[in-house]
Amino acid sequence: MDAYLISVFTFIGFWIILAMSLNLLVGYAGQVSIGHAAFFGIGAYTSAVATVKFGVGFPLDLILATVLAGVLGGVLGLPALRVRHDFLVLATMGINFIVVAILLYTPAFGGAYGIVGIPPITIAGVEFLGLSMLLLVYGFVGVLFILKVLLLKSWFGFRLVAIRDDEEAAAAIGINVASTKIWAFVLSCSVAGLAGSLYARQLGSVYPDNFGFVESVTILAMVVLGGSGTLIGPVIGAVILGGLPEYLRFLQEWRYVLYGVILALLMIFERDGLFGPKSRLRLALVRWRHARHRVRP
Amino acid sequence: MSKSLLKVDGLSKDFGGLKALDAVSLHLDRHEILGLIGPNGAGKSTLFNCLSGQLSSNAGRIEFSGRDVTRMRASQRARLGIGRTFQLGKVFSSMTVRENVLAGFGVGAYGSFWRSISGLITRPELTESVDRIMEQFDLQMYHDSPVTDLPMGIQRRVEAVRAMATDPTLLLLDEPAAGLTHGEAEEFASIVRRVRDDGVTIIVIEHNMHFAMELAERMYVLVQGRIIAEGPPEVIRKDSDVISAYLG
Repeated sequence: MDAYLISVFTFIGFWIILAMSLNLLVGYAGQVSIGHAAFFGIGAYTSAVATVKFGVGFPLDLILATVLAGVLGGVLGLPALRVRHDFLVLATMGINFIVVAILLYTPAFGGAYGIVGIPPITIAGVEFLGLSMLLLVYGFVGVLFILKVLLLKSWFGFRLVAIRDDEEAAAAIGINVASTKIWAFVLSCSVAGLAGSLYARQLGSVYPDNFGFVESVTILAMVVLGGSGTLIGPVIGAVILGGLPEYLRFLQEWRYVLYGVILALLMIFERDGLFGPKSRLRLALVRWRHARHRVRP
Repeated sequence: MSKSLLKVDGLSKDFGGLKALDAVSLHLDRHEILGLIGPNGAGKSTLFNCLSGQLSSNAGRIEFSGRDVTRMRASQRARLGIGRTFQLGKVFSSMTVRENVLAGFGVGAYGSFWRSISGLITRPELTESVDRIMEQFDLQMYHDSPVTDLPMGIQRRVEAVRAMATDPTLLLLDEPAAGLTHGEAEEFASIVRRVRDDGVTIIVIEHNMHFAMELAERMYVLVQGRIIAEGPPEVIRKDSDVISAYLG
């Protein structure tokens, strides 16, 4: 397989993990966040500092990145207990700016020059580069997808959906709304941190600019495009918006305009996203499946 | 087990300068159906919100099953056995009828993250329990219907059954007959009696006086945040204070 394609698909894998993690928060728990890249960055920088400055190896750096992003996600998710909807959007946006500023102005994080020389993942002397890294990333995608399915089939999945639908009704059946929101932030942000750790190891360097507001909006766009609150939607969204710029390189500088146009069109014509529960595509698929069953003897 | 289930003593709630509840005291015995009536703005729903923990009171004490629950969160009270429905009806709009009912059965697992994450909802005994309660309340034909596609009467029933699925000791019904046809209201009243016969104590807020008088065994009348009368429906019906409160 071509090294360029391997790299493109590896990065799409990161986007899939990020979109799946944000979908847990936005799609299932109903907590809108446009600061998700901050936790991606926290994970990436944790791995970068752990490996470059302290010589920590895999998987300890990945565990540290996941746990730290999750814990900070829980702490920074506290505003969600007091504010909702548009105020929460602004609060999460502020969190993203704060994290990028800390990364930019703290000498230990290398400022605008970031941290370079991050070693690739090595297990038993074997370096994970190229195809092996691609397979490792998609291994994580697979495991996280299965864990998400199990999570949504647990009572915790019901807790998430119930608070999204109606917080008062959720509390009336015994759901602790505050703790459910905090755990949603913890889980979602920890997975973003995991993606950040893998990303840092793949890229070999990290810069504050990689984790800014634009990246947060991109992740949200992936979730909304595919269909928030669905299992497969964010994966499709990440594949489309993660892969499209590579095939439309002449649009590279205009891709954010493209994202904006796609989101605006979606909000007008397909609010549920491409694979949302009542989207045209999903309904067409259901009809097609029914038609096939009728034709068969 | 003590006969008394709920004791409210001097409960007050202010919204800025407005006194929504003014030193309300009431008591409730197990297996009673208690009616709570009063004109618009009397504070009935505020009282429910204070009892279920959706609102915290400014003063007073609420004792449920011998425990002081005054400072407990709504979710803790629900897990202790206080179930409720809402005035405007609150179903989980993205769920089917079955999922709404199933959500109520999770009450035991919602208290801790680890318990809720380790308990799967696909256990066969759970499916049986959901099917049984849906059949008991004539909801089986709506099984997989999205709840918001159904008429208001059915949605209210789903909400009540979801509250029943939490296995409550006390069920608070906030205007269950609102928006229902006469036939649907009659049907709902028979469901409420059936629930009481199963051992659940019930407080019902109702605007429909006929419905409330038919259903309740004892009533409190709330006017401008104060209890002005208490007694069986036949006494309340003739009470001069109640008549003047309703007729002005």
